[in-house]
Amino acid sequence: MRPGCFIPSARRILIGAALLFGGIVGQNTYAGEWSGRIGAELRLFTAAPLDTRQGEDNLSLFAEPEYYASWNDGRDSLTFVPFIRWDQHDAERSHADIRELTWQHAAQDWELSAGIRKIFWGVTESQHLVDIINQTDLVENPDGEEKLGQLMIDLALIRDWGTLDLFILPGFRERTFPGVEGRLRPQSPVDTSQAVYAASEKQRHLDAALRWRHTLDDWDVGLSHFSGTSREPRLLPGLNDRGEVVLIPHYDLIDQTGLDLQLTRAAWLWKLEAIRRVGHGPAYYAATGGFEYTLSGPFDTATDLGLVAEYLYDERGNASPNPFQDDFMLGLRFTFNDVQSSDLLIAAIFDRETRASSFSLEASRRLGSRWKLAMEARGFAHTSNDLLSHFRNDDYLQAELSFYY
Amino acid sequence: MRRTLLLPLLALSLISAGLSAETTQEKGLAIASEADRRDTGFQDFTADMTMILRNRQGDQSVRALRSRTLEVKNDGDKNLVIFDEPADVKGTAFLSYTHATQPDDQWLYLPALKRVKRIASSNKSGPFMGSEFAYEDISSQELAKYTYNYLRDETLDGQDCYVVERRPADEYSGYTKQLVWVDKQHYRPLKIEFYDRKDSLLKTLTNHGYQQYLQQYWRPDEMRMINHQTGKTTVLKWKNYRFRTGLGERDFDQNSLQRAK
Repeated sequence: MRPGCFIPSARRILIGAALLFGGIVGQNTYAGEWSGRIGAELRLFTAAPLDTRQGEDNLSLFAEPEYYASWNDGRDSLTFVPFIRWDQHDAERSHADIRELTWQHAAQDWELSAGIRKIFWGVTESQHLVDIINQTDLVENPDGEEKLGQLMIDLALIRDWGTLDLFILPGFRERTFPGVEGRLRPQSPVDTSQAVYAASEKQRHLDAALRWRHTLDDWDVGLSHFSGTSREPRLLPGLNDRGEVVLIPHYDLIDQTGLDLQLTRAAWLWKLEAIRRVGHGPAYYAATGGFEYTLSGPFDTATDLGLVAEYLYDERGNASPNPFQDDFMLGLRFTFNDVQSSDLLIAAIFDRETRASSFSLEASRRLGSRWKLAMEARGFAHTSNDLLSHFRNDDYLQAELSFYY
Repeated sequence: MRRTLLLPLLALSLISAGLSAETTQEKGLAIASEADRRDTGFQDFTADMTMILRNRQGDQSVRALRSRTLEVKNDGDKNLVIFDEPADVKGTAFLSYTHATQPDDQWLYLPALKRVKRIASSNKSGPFMGSEFAYEDISSQELAKYTYNYLRDETLDGQDCYVVERRPADEYSGYTKQLVWVDKQHYRPLKIEFYDRKDSLLKTLTNHGYQQYLQQYWRPDEMRMINHQTGKTTVLKWKNYRFRTGLGERDFDQNSLQRAK
């Protein structure tokens, strides 16, 4: 088991903060409450791994408790969300993290939070270009939706002209990658112990970001800028201490400006995310744009059927480390509106140039009042000229059973 | 000469006809306006909600929610609903700005992803959390959302009522019409029948245990919805009504949506 990498200075800041607002907690305290979930995940792969060191079918267990307390009529709150996973084969995937440990204060026209948090920016479904505050916990899921907790101070100014968030981000979190025994990894495993930083302070470089967000009638708009260590590393080949070929993450110092935009018109959602990134190789633009159209109760059912189509663009073309540089995503989202809150999302991404494609299916259903079953399947096809070829033997079906308390 | 004599007479008869014989549409609107007027000025209220869902076989499922409502002058109310149960949706929150004639603005907060999603408000006919209440049944009932027609007087459980038909103005509504039983004494909706897009009876709502707050505002303790076509029922229980708690616009923005727990 590998504990999350918390830097000692970050820990000291947190303890200081905890002591500071511990004094304020004295009056008007609500008894805090625990909730959370524990679960088991089973992944079945349809083919033998490319590398004999990689595991076959895989069992994994996880827990994510949550503690929440608020006082001052809810204006102050404390949230603590640790996460832990044990994995049958992959030592890197057996890991622990603090997803959240944050104090938050809300005043009439500002909010301040300090501690470890998760922040999400963006509107599109196929990928999240603008979202940059938190590092991706890639060992969790190849879709990159799971994030590591990030230490931050966030001041939000809430005004008539919108909401302006100012972030100070001390303490960089390295991206997690599946280990030697893990599936869904590049053919040469990533050696995170040799990570290279452009910043001389390495993980202690102080990053900063700001975002302005506003709603004008049907439009929701966000403009953001990030300056600091790139969450996405370049992976360059090297050797480990046993002389084996590995990929070494290189973390550049970047500036990224982002735009996210959504127009909501009746059953139509029109979405756009665009970024310009400087410092990560030659400066480049990337964008995702498209729509989601919802059919309410088609064929006399209570189901909502969402049709999702997005185009994924990266100016770097095939030189891009992102496999989605000239791709289309098509998706069908079924929301059954039943007692069990069943849903199903089927999506496919097609590369216009290499013809590579990836398919995914995600479904979930509540069982009783405290259990939930989630199914997931991913497949990759025609990957011979595409970055996805690393995953060509890693088609899988996953079942996850969670208990909520 | 005859003409000059006739014209004032004709005009007089038209005016008197207009005064005496109010049309059923006018009477329906007048009843709805009076009900609306009596429920104006509450400023804000909060309440806890429990939903008990039952199917034909008697299987039961429970939802727990908290609701905050802010009255907005000359527009629809703002509403924030926080989900407590079932446990897997705990922390999910739903924010809506209702409008009289424009489509509502709606946002959903998904705590697992920390994501605020602006959602299409056109699916108002969809079930709310798998219950027999549609989104449009529980959202703010603005006067301009319907056209009205008074049908008859009727006694319901010993209370004298007006029976008013109202037709949704919104093309996305799941109903052709609703029949509302409004009691003559306090102008409270006691019963509503919902007719589906094929104009057949879909659901009946009855409101029970009305209590008066701030000596003016009537709220039911229990709402019972029966779906006649599926045999499913939902009982919605309201508890801990609190009026004029001092909520403001700031408590109904996207930051508050994310902080709501």
